[in-house]
Amino acid sequence: MIKKAANPYGFSRPHLLGIEGLSPLEIIDLIDRAEDNIELGRQPSKKRDRLTGRTQINLFFENSTRTQSSFELAGKRLGADVMNMAVGQSSVKKGETLIDTAMTLNAMNPDVIVVRHNASGAVALLAQKVDCSVVNAGDGSHEHPTQALLDALTIRRHKQRIDGLVVAICGDVAHSRVARSNVLLLTALGARVRLVGPSTLVPGAFRDMGLETFTSMREGLKDADIVMMLRLQRERMQGSFVPSVREYFHYWGLDEEKLSYAKPDALVMHPGPMNRGVEIDPAVADGPQSLIREQVEMGVAIRMAVLDAVVNAQGNGAEAFR
Amino acid sequence: MSRMVQTRPLLLTNARVVDPSQGLDDPGAVLMVDGRIVAAGSSAGNNGAPEGTEVIDCRGLVVAPGLVDLCAHVGEPGHEHRETFASAGRAAAAGGITTLVAMPDTDPCIDDPALVDFVATRARRTSVVRVRVMAALTKGQEGGELTEFGLLGEAGAVGFTSGRGAIANTQVLRRALTYAKDFGALVCNRPEDAALKGAAVMNLSETAVRLGLQGIPAEAETVMLARDLRLARLAGGRYHASLLSAAESPELMTWAKDRGIAATASVSAAHLTLNEMDIGAYRTFFKLSPPLRAEADRLALVEAVKRGAIDVIVSNHDPQDVETKRLPFAEAADGAIGLETFLSAGLRLVHDGSLTLLRLIEAMSTRPAEIASLEAGTLRTGAPADVIVFDPDEPWVLNAKDIISKAKNTPYEGGRFIGRVRRTYVSGSLVFER
Repeated sequence: MIKKAANPYGFSRPHLLGIEGLSPLEIIDLIDRAEDNIELGRQPSKKRDRLTGRTQINLFFENSTRTQSSFELAGKRLGADVMNMAVGQSSVKKGETLIDTAMTLNAMNPDVIVVRHNASGAVALLAQKVDCSVVNAGDGSHEHPTQALLDALTIRRHKQRIDGLVVAICGDVAHSRVARSNVLLLTALGARVRLVGPSTLVPGAFRDMGLETFTSMREGLKDADIVMMLRLQRERMQGSFVPSVREYFHYWGLDEEKLSYAKPDALVMHPGPMNRGVEIDPAVADGPQSLIREQVEMGVAIRMAVLDAVVNAQGNGAEAFR
Repeated sequence: MSRMVQTRPLLLTNARVVDPSQGLDDPGAVLMVDGRIVAAGSSAGNNGAPEGTEVIDCRGLVVAPGLVDLCAHVGEPGHEHRETFASAGRAAAAGGITTLVAMPDTDPCIDDPALVDFVATRARRTSVVRVRVMAALTKGQEGGELTEFGLLGEAGAVGFTSGRGAIANTQVLRRALTYAKDFGALVCNRPEDAALKGAAVMNLSETAVRLGLQGIPAEAETVMLARDLRLARLAGGRYHASLLSAAESPELMTWAKDRGIAATASVSAAHLTLNEMDIGAYRTFFKLSPPLRAEADRLALVEAVKRGAIDVIVSNHDPQDVETKRLPFAEAADGAIGLETFLSAGLRLVHDGSLTLLRLIEAMSTRPAEIASLEAGTLRTGAPADVIVFDPDEPWVLNAKDIISKAKNTPYEGGRFIGRVRRTYVSGSLVFER
């Protein structure tokens, strides 16, 4: 159960805005805490009382059934009252700004706001304006920290370590917040991260971050322990970044042959939702090396750990934010 | 298949052997066996030849690698009334060309791997010279969505071209050059700003004013070329500027080459040998795109070929029929045929002292083969025996009735030349003889 003696080097921040700036010990602390939630999630009664009486608002400016449900379930399992703001139909459409929305919600005295926004940096901006915890559920092409944490948890449960693993992140790296958060987290924990994809989707500037980039799946996947596929957005498929689905799948879609370039015990991951037949062959997505379904389960466990950590790091209440 | 496999070994002897790939311009011989070069140069005949070798005395003649034309509009499929692979192949062989790269602006345009395959198969059956295909850079040649560089390349496309127009959208060209890098693919753009060109029909000059024709400024080319070269630097892919015409363009190419940008350029043989004055009284066979420009432009282009600022010379063979050419100048189609006069037009530059023969053959054979990654343009041992034999000093006049191409729109009608192809071999078999 919960470790009462708090780890002095562990995670105790009021917000989780990104992986950037977190120490390895903070990352490991969150992953450790999530471990405790996995078993809980498999019990008939999944309820805890860490956030009883607290209010969680899910503020999603971009539609995301999966991430929003995962955060909602995580909050509810911790006992929080969870409200989903469907921003698509709200006053934002009537011209209210991001800050106006934040101030309005703030007046309702929530304890944590989970935000997804299509603009990089928008979540950090919102966090400056409210008196409660903020969790980044994805901002533009910037970060998606809970996805990286759940990926790390999934990897560690299978490989018992992150340090020294070779991780190939493949596909639309340029537009992926999942890729950025994973790069930061995995390199912080000592993994060797490679980026694989066409140059239109894997810009050379990533090399300046000290990462290896590859155009060829054969070279990029060689000796990889983990193959992480990214979703290719439909609007990028038809001629602007890659000429066609068939060409993309031919050269960069993960099929059994390309997976064979990786280590025999390599594991396949995907943040979802998948485009079967575009970035991944169904036979691989549903095959024995795939962890894709397990990632979803780990998502709830990680989000419980994160919500618990940020809300209970608030100290004596809203003063911490002033 | 019109091309036969070479049956007997062949020794071309007592020749002047020119091979830019080896820096060779010496008296010597070339030995070809089983469709491949066995030896070339001053000592080629010394070790004897296999029994039964056919020996051809080439006294006074030059033996060189067959020419490689990176830009020819053929018209098949869709415009067979203008030119077919069969007629273009015959004309090419007469002009010293052994590999012809067909442009994709056919009907349908070549933007799909199956079409590359179709063209290759069709050409192999009907053409006496090798035909390779340049695929469209964007789907339907519409300038928007990229084509499948990977799959098209595997199907045999040697490069990707914007066709007759330019890629106007900078983001599209940037992505094309970025994506091309992953496949080592060649991206060819025709640098010509359509807006700046407008409805103009010839070079912007005093001549245009006198003729009452709207003029195209050189800037229509140089503005876009300068843009393209910076995009090539940004993206890192292999860029090729097709068909330069303006005096300032070579300076831009030199700027790029000095900075290590992977950029090459071509010019048509017509632009090296003709100028806007040839238009005379609205002669539409001299209506080309880009337009023939002033003599100063022509001289600058020749100098650029000499220095290597412009890498290759192409025919820009563009067959047009009577309906598209026998019109008022402004309404007539652009384009001129250029296959059968290709070598002879180039030799004008050798005879007037502008280029060495070695550089001419390099710009018409060795260098284009390198740019398109073709196994051609060389007499090295083991290379395919694509070889031409020509008399560099034979004077002749091009008569309309002798034109081999299906279309007759040559700008050289009645033109005098010095130097002419005598024999053309593809894979060691004779495909043209005069």
